Amino acid sequence: MKPARELRYREAIDEATRQAMAKDERIVVLGVGVDDAKGIFGTTRGAFEQFGSARVFDTPLSEAALTGICVGAAMRGLHPVLVHARNDFLLLTMDQIVNNAAKWRYMSGGKLHVPFTIRAIIGRGWGQAAQHSQSLQAMFAHVPGLQVIMPATPGDAKGLLMTAYSTDSPVLCLEHRWLYETSGPVPEEPYYLPIGTAAVVREGSDVTIVAVSHMVVEALQAAEILAAAGIEAEIVDPRSLRPLDSDLICRSVAKTGRLVIADTGWRSYGVSGEIASRVGEELFGRLKAPIRRIALPDVPTPGSQKLEQVYYPGSSQLAAAVRQVVEGQGSSETDGRSRPRGATEFEGPF
Amino acid sequence: MKGSLTTRRSSAGAGRRRRPDDLGGLAPETLRALYVTMRRIRRAEETIVALYPEQEIRCPTHLSIGQEAAAAGVCQALRPTDTAVSTHRCHAHYLAKGGDLRGMFAELYGKATGCCGGKGGSMHLTAPEVGMLGASAIVGGSVPLAVGSALAASLRGIDEVAVAFFGDAAMEQGVTHESLAFAALRRLPVLFVCENNLYATNSPLTARQVAKDIAPRGAAHGVPGVIVDGNDVVGVYKGALAAVERARRGKGPTLIEIKTYRWREHVGPNYDVGPGGRTQAELDAWMAQDPLAALARRLERRRVLPAGHRETLERAVEEELEDAVAFAKASPFPDPAALYADVD
Repeated sequence: MKPARELRYREAIDEATRQAMAKDERIVVLGVGVDDAKGIFGTTRGAFEQFGSARVFDTPLSEAALTGICVGAAMRGLHPVLVHARNDFLLLTMDQIVNNAAKWRYMSGGKLHVPFTIRAIIGRGWGQAAQHSQSLQAMFAHVPGLQVIMPATPGDAKGLLMTAYSTDSPVLCLEHRWLYETSGPVPEEPYYLPIGTAAVVREGSDVTIVAVSHMVVEALQAAEILAAAGIEAEIVDPRSLRPLDSDLICRSVAKTGRLVIADTGWRSYGVSGEIASRVGEELFGRLKAPIRRIALPDVPTPGSQKLEQVYYPGSSQLAAAVRQVVEGQGSSETDGRSRPRGATEFEGPF
Repeated sequence: MKGSLTTRRSSAGAGRRRRPDDLGGLAPETLRALYVTMRRIRRAEETIVALYPEQEIRCPTHLSIGQEAAAAGVCQALRPTDTAVSTHRCHAHYLAKGGDLRGMFAELYGKATGCCGGKGGSMHLTAPEVGMLGASAIVGGSVPLAVGSALAASLRGIDEVAVAFFGDAAMEQGVTHESLAFAALRRLPVLFVCENNLYATNSPLTARQVAKDIAPRGAAHGVPGVIVDGNDVVGVYKGALAAVERARRGKGPTLIEIKTYRWREHVGPNYDVGPGGRTQAELDAWMAQDPLAALARRLERRRVLPAGHRETLERAVEEELEDAVAFAKASPFPDPAALYADVD
């Protein structure tokens, strides 16, 4: 087997979109700015150049109507891909996503299908503050009828999006902006990863870290810190939140006996709580330590860079939480919060 | 462009009421079809009223009695391949678009043989085989779906028109205005059909909107408006036909305001006149203009549909209704496993 080619995350999205569009003429891409020079951080411009304005087109800033328009078009022979530069804008479209996109197939007794992909980006940093850097996956993963994927690697981004573009169901793909410049192996030919299948990103025997989206990057860094301390962490990336691959998560926790969950969203009523409760229901007697969660504190995103550093948990904090789970009391949990972040990981502006 | 955006009142509009025997030059078979569609809707709704006390129709029902001309007139101007979406008050649109009566009653009874397999209920009647794409029970929620249907037709190069049926309250929703603007921007083949029945549940139009007429508001988005009398199905049909032909010529959307009135309460089989509600005088005035009776009189006077012929057609409607109700009652409930089907 020849060594896999490397692509950046954003390039993998662009390639998936163009390959899917070449295979399926039902696919159209729309959204504010999809055809402009930047093309949603380079993820849609290539499709515009290859397929033109009939299939890749700009829209008014009418997120609610556009979402409903995509639902209607999906029922009548298209597969629309609606792109939002921030997932915060999805809040304008809740009725259309929750009441229409997610329910139309069910309400029609299966007579109608809604092949519809929504791409939306999670922002972070550079002072984007409370309305441009939320991570809203829990709200959408709550809704039956809507699939929610959060690829963390370029290879998963391509494979999961190819699947989303080829299914008859509505799929929401949430893409963390900090993943866009990361690189990884991506096969050149089209391929399809099943939605609802988690991946073991790193094998380990002492503890399971279930990490979502960008927290996979943090978890891999944490695993290096932990390995130096003699702790081997297994990292599981759910990749899809609805459906959620409980089986693989539970198999890993059954092996390690310990679980730390790292989510990009808020702590309360979120993905970390759902995963913790599923593991608790399945493996209560087999856990060697209480489940720990690393997630955003229950406050809106602050604007100041100093407050951002406090707000976002990082690999150090995750490593500290793991040590506490593995070694018991005594490990510090706070050093991750004060870890300086900045230019080496992300250079603004967005 | 400027001139085309001026709101027109059809010849049947308020102030220029159609002469009692004016049939608008329509073919006799078109007129008879309009009558049968309206009669079918009226009698289906009255059958629900009669059966409701049995407590076997266990879902909310929003009746269109009094508003039949809107659905009948607009859908008569459509082809089966054209599409429509509707609202919580969707029985009339489903039937006028050609939806199966058995499927409708079975759905109201929650049966597996219902048009949605018993999973939609009264507010989500769906018949894609005749272009009825379904209905949203959120006011304004289905309007963009019609625009999407028209967008798909436009991009795929298919000669299809889409209709969004909605009520006056949908004009208070942002998504309706977004939909009008986008349809105009892309000159999409879509009809925005607003059945202005003057009430949102119990809230009168005057408590919710300043302007008396809805149709002129389309002009701000580039959508011409037409006002038609909802008690005159001939006027509704002609207004819709002109808008459909305009859409098919690639000239874009039209906003049709149909002045109408629901005779019964917002939801349920009863009347809601009384203290704190609508007045008997207001209801009486609208019932005196009964669109179904008016058409029957007109067709009889012009010998398009003599009484004997009409009674034959009406008997056929009754037989179809008896069959549909019997079918619904005899049908099985959905298998419990159906709960988990058609999702994810």
